[in-house]
Amino acid sequence: MKPAFASLFALMLGAAAIANASSARAEALDDILAAKVIKIAVPTDYPPFGAIGSDMQPQGLDIDMAKLIGKELGVKTELVAVSSANRIPYLQSKKVDLVISTLGKNPDREKVIDFSAAYAPFFMGVFGARDVAVTKPDELMGKTVGATRGALEEQELSKLAPASTTIKRYEDNNATVAAYVSGQVDIFASGNAVAAVIADRSAARAPTLKFVIKDSPCFIGLNKDEPKLLAKVNEIIAKARASGETERMSQAWLKAPLPPGF
Amino acid sequence: MIYKLQFVDLLPYWDVLARGLVFTIVLTCVSTAAGVAVGTCGASARAFGPRWLAGVVAAYVEIIRNTPFIVQLFFVYFGLPTLGLKLTEAEAAFLAMTINLGAYSTEIIRAGIEATPKGLIEAGVSLAMTRMQVLRHVVLKPAFQKTWPALASQIIIVMLGSSVVSQISAEDLTYAANFIQSRNFRAFEAYFVVALAYLLLAITARALLRGLGARLFPGARS
Repeated sequence: MKPAFASLFALMLGAAAIANASSARAEALDDILAAKVIKIAVPTDYPPFGAIGSDMQPQGLDIDMAKLIGKELGVKTELVAVSSANRIPYLQSKKVDLVISTLGKNPDREKVIDFSAAYAPFFMGVFGARDVAVTKPDELMGKTVGATRGALEEQELSKLAPASTTIKRYEDNNATVAAYVSGQVDIFASGNAVAAVIADRSAARAPTLKFVIKDSPCFIGLNKDEPKLLAKVNEIIAKARASGETERMSQAWLKAPLPPGF
Repeated sequence: MIYKLQFVDLLPYWDVLARGLVFTIVLTCVSTAAGVAVGTCGASARAFGPRWLAGVVAAYVEIIRNTPFIVQLFFVYFGLPTLGLKLTEAEAAFLAMTINLGAYSTEIIRAGIEATPKGLIEAGVSLAMTRMQVLRHVVLKPAFQKTWPALASQIIIVMLGSSVVSQISAEDLTYAANFIQSRNFRAFEAYFVVALAYLLLAITARALLRGLGARLFPGARS
């Protein structure tokens, strides 16, 4: 190895060592407590989890959760609006300490960030008017179900439903909602967030869950190797579950009780 | 970038396409018959009916001709159930297309009626023909002769416009293409085939309408 390369190599090793040392330094939780502020990424484009209210302030289930974490830690909560595409990069580049943005868990994400315990339900399901007696896919026999063409839940429903089920496939989510609200269909497949928005806007047609098609609950995302922060966040979630706080959030924003397992 | 067309991927969906094609053809035929009937009545009412009826028809024509078809369709499908009239997507598509074609054909046929000289009507009356006989033989038949090409064009426009009924989940040709590309992501191939199907349908419809015109209204221009 030529001397110039050797020294460059040594320099790189040194840089790597410093980088390691800095991530092994004080834990994020200590930094947060010292700075008395926690920065949390939240959505502002996805009601009822996060949206801008009429007072121009962010509001929603994720925002309530973020504020709860700040309160329990005894620090100021600084909300950072993110989109679903940039929420993980914001965390990785340490622009935020936590991501509370309807984040689902999957193996690819688990390689780059850590997840807390689940704090809210998020799922695709079949919903319908209160008097519709359906509890599983087989009971859709002979019934008509609305869904958004090409959406994940429509593709799954097409596989699950019996052959005698009529699936009416609408162009987009709004058309599916309109078909349900106007009474063209009494059963539809969608996400629980969509069902909650319908329940909020037209109480007379408030949909209830018939069965779940695909479950993907929301987790709080944080950077890897932050055991203290992870433990603290999980402790706050456990406490909120025990005190009924998560149930209250679900009732307030999702218009439905927490499903079993929460 | 070179895109490789793979029409083979459409084969598993041939039944969706076939059903879509049949739906579009049936929908067009039925609503054309009903729409032209509405147009004939509308045009007669506007030309010879009492003033209030002519006014109602004029308002109908103006409302329909100055609003988009898709809005009329949504009004029928999503709006009417609120008033207690629940239609299936096929019924809603048929009703919206009939109403739409009815308004346009009212205006087209009225143009033909107005081109009938007053003297001809008076001649009919003086031959002891009844009002209905005058309307049928002296007024309407020449009116159709004169306006048949325009009417045929409007029918084709309505047929092509029927592609938006897929928005209310009616399973027509366009729905077939939307459905296929949501499953295998072969959008180019799906829309290519469906565009070709519409083209062939339009050419066939034009030829059929020309033949029909020559038969029903000899001397019709085409």
